Amino acid sequence: MDGGLRLDLNWLDYTLLALYFVTVLGVGFAARRAIKTSVDFFLSGRSLPAWVTGLAFVSANLGALEIIGMAANGAQYGIMTTHYYWIGAVPAMVFLGIVMMPFYYGSKVRSVPEYLRRRFNTKAHLLNAITFAVAQMLIAGVNLYALALVLDALLGWPLWISIIVGAAIVLTYISIGGLTSAIYNEVLQFFVILAGLIPITVIGLVKVGGINGLFDKVRDSDLGEAGLHAWANTGSSDNPLGAHWLGIVFGLGFVLSFGYWTTNFAEVQRALSARNMSAARRTPLIAAYPKLLIPLLTVIPGMIAVVTVQGLGADEGDLVYNNAIPLLMRDLLPNGVLGIAVTGLMASFMAGMAANVSGFNTVFTYDIWQTYVRKERSDDYYIRIGRIATIGGIVVGIGTAFIAAGFSNIMNYIQALFSVFNAPLFATFIVGMFWKRMTAAAGFWSLLSGTVVALATYLLYLGGALPFDTDLEESFWGAGLAFVTVLVVAFVLSRFGQPKPDSELRGLVRGLGGVDLKGDVIAGDAAWYRSPLLLGGIALALSLLFYIPVW
Amino acid sequence: MSDEELLSDSEEERRSAAARMFDVRRVIGGLFVVYGVIVSLVGAFDGAGALDKAQGVRINLWAGLAMLAVGVLFLVWQWISPAEAPASDDSAGDAVENGEGDASVR
Repeated sequence: MDGGLRLDLNWLDYTLLALYFVTVLGVGFAARRAIKTSVDFFLSGRSLPAWVTGLAFVSANLGALEIIGMAANGAQYGIMTTHYYWIGAVPAMVFLGIVMMPFYYGSKVRSVPEYLRRRFNTKAHLLNAITFAVAQMLIAGVNLYALALVLDALLGWPLWISIIVGAAIVLTYISIGGLTSAIYNEVLQFFVILAGLIPITVIGLVKVGGINGLFDKVRDSDLGEAGLHAWANTGSSDNPLGAHWLGIVFGLGFVLSFGYWTTNFAEVQRALSARNMSAARRTPLIAAYPKLLIPLLTVIPGMIAVVTVQGLGADEGDLVYNNAIPLLMRDLLPNGVLGIAVTGLMASFMAGMAANVSGFNTVFTYDIWQTYVRKERSDDYYIRIGRIATIGGIVVGIGTAFIAAGFSNIMNYIQALFSVFNAPLFATFIVGMFWKRMTAAAGFWSLLSGTVVALATYLLYLGGALPFDTDLEESFWGAGLAFVTVLVVAFVLSRFGQPKPDSELRGLVRGLGGVDLKGDVIAGDAAWYRSPLLLGGIALALSLLFYIPVW
Repeated sequence: MSDEELLSDSEEERRSAAARMFDVRRVIGGLFVVYGVIVSLVGAFDGAGALDKAQGVRINLWAGLAMLAVGVLFLVWQWISPAEAPASDDSAGDAVENGEGDASVR
């Protein structure tokens, strides 16, 4: 074996790949026939059951960066990578389902920016709609670039062909079927991704002698004993991640994670398309359960790779950490399951890109076009604009993919994007949702100043004026500063203005009533196992429990 | 029954939704049955090379059978607890009100 990354795909693997794409496009055409109104196109008619939206919710996050990036982190940092799941995702998902979803779903908003318009004013709304659209396009480019990188490495397709082919397929199925098609394919992708990743973990564990064999070998590797603990030595930064427990709990667990999961419309949109309040609240809670277990398919293979692939961890070339999963596929999977794994990987890249594009087209159509450019047109007109926005979004995504190609580490690029776009938004939300005296002007100015502070922190760091040690440290500080800025501006400005009357804030702010949790219940929702509090509580308890063996 | 009023506010929407619900389980089930049959057949005849690569595990056979089982489960689920009929106006929603089957699949 020459050590190259090229996979030895044969006719069988290509058949499996082709079958998948035929199915995906078939779903698009089937969904198209069912689309009747613009609500159908953008929010799947608010009709989907919780298990579908829940799996779509987790699948929208199970994109290129997630699988490749977390396996790379698993190889580099070991067990500490599980923080991204057990403290960096599950608590935020539970908070979204139990505390925030009643306001989102109950107020019947169609998007996250629309909530800001009703809670504050149109300036806050337009600001967020535009920054969101820009952020989605930049992230779609990252996903597309990552997809192209792997197509290039695995199949030998040139980068630019891979980018265009990937974009064309995503375009076809979203523009034909709208969100329903995207969500259905996400559910399908979820299972295909699992079918592709599980054999890697199974064969990998057989190779290293089970979980005990793996831990023994990791102890003897460069990672050492420290790679087997999540919280040990987090009293200082003397651990693989270089993070203090305060940084893990507040930086990752609170600001970054709550910012991502609770205000990222690409995620929240999945819950808004649920069929009733109960299903909407259960969407992120149901998603939390697979999320708890995904480390088995990302972190564990990463650790397997570090002990089985000689020389993994090179600075460049084929043996970079980012290639942990592709290298294991090359080494362990025979034709057949190899085809499934390649299909699963490609499906996951498309899931990420599709989530960005469908989030973008909804916000563009409802929040920018319908609100500020062409009001009061027919439903057909807005469906048409939605389709055009999808095409435009994908074309721009191809452009931003080439921007992403200019960054040596795309994971750091995306963290910086999150700290600029999500942290200030989350802070604005949290104050606005819980403090009825926050004024409309305070909403707009705090969001704007938070975004500017985070962006300035990032640009000053890039320019060398702010000496942070690592990119990760910069994104934590950028997010933290933005968060504090929003709080300060919101409190100061609110003292000088007149808050909106309670009657306008009903259903939008906690403590004013107007949120009906039970009004739209259907048979079966009263069952004890569908209680959001119970589902959320169990998810939190499990995430604590999972830490115990790897403390 | 108040549920009934709330549910019948948009007949159209629910019917198209039902039609799509019908699809997703059939799509997953269908694809996985096809994948399962192909991959487990290949696995049954895998040669020494494939077995060595997979550390002696007949992974294609096992993965294929597992996918087949998942696919069949989805098809059975869809068959036992079908979605509302998309075509008829009056019957849509009956199943919900009767509380039949698993409401989570609609």
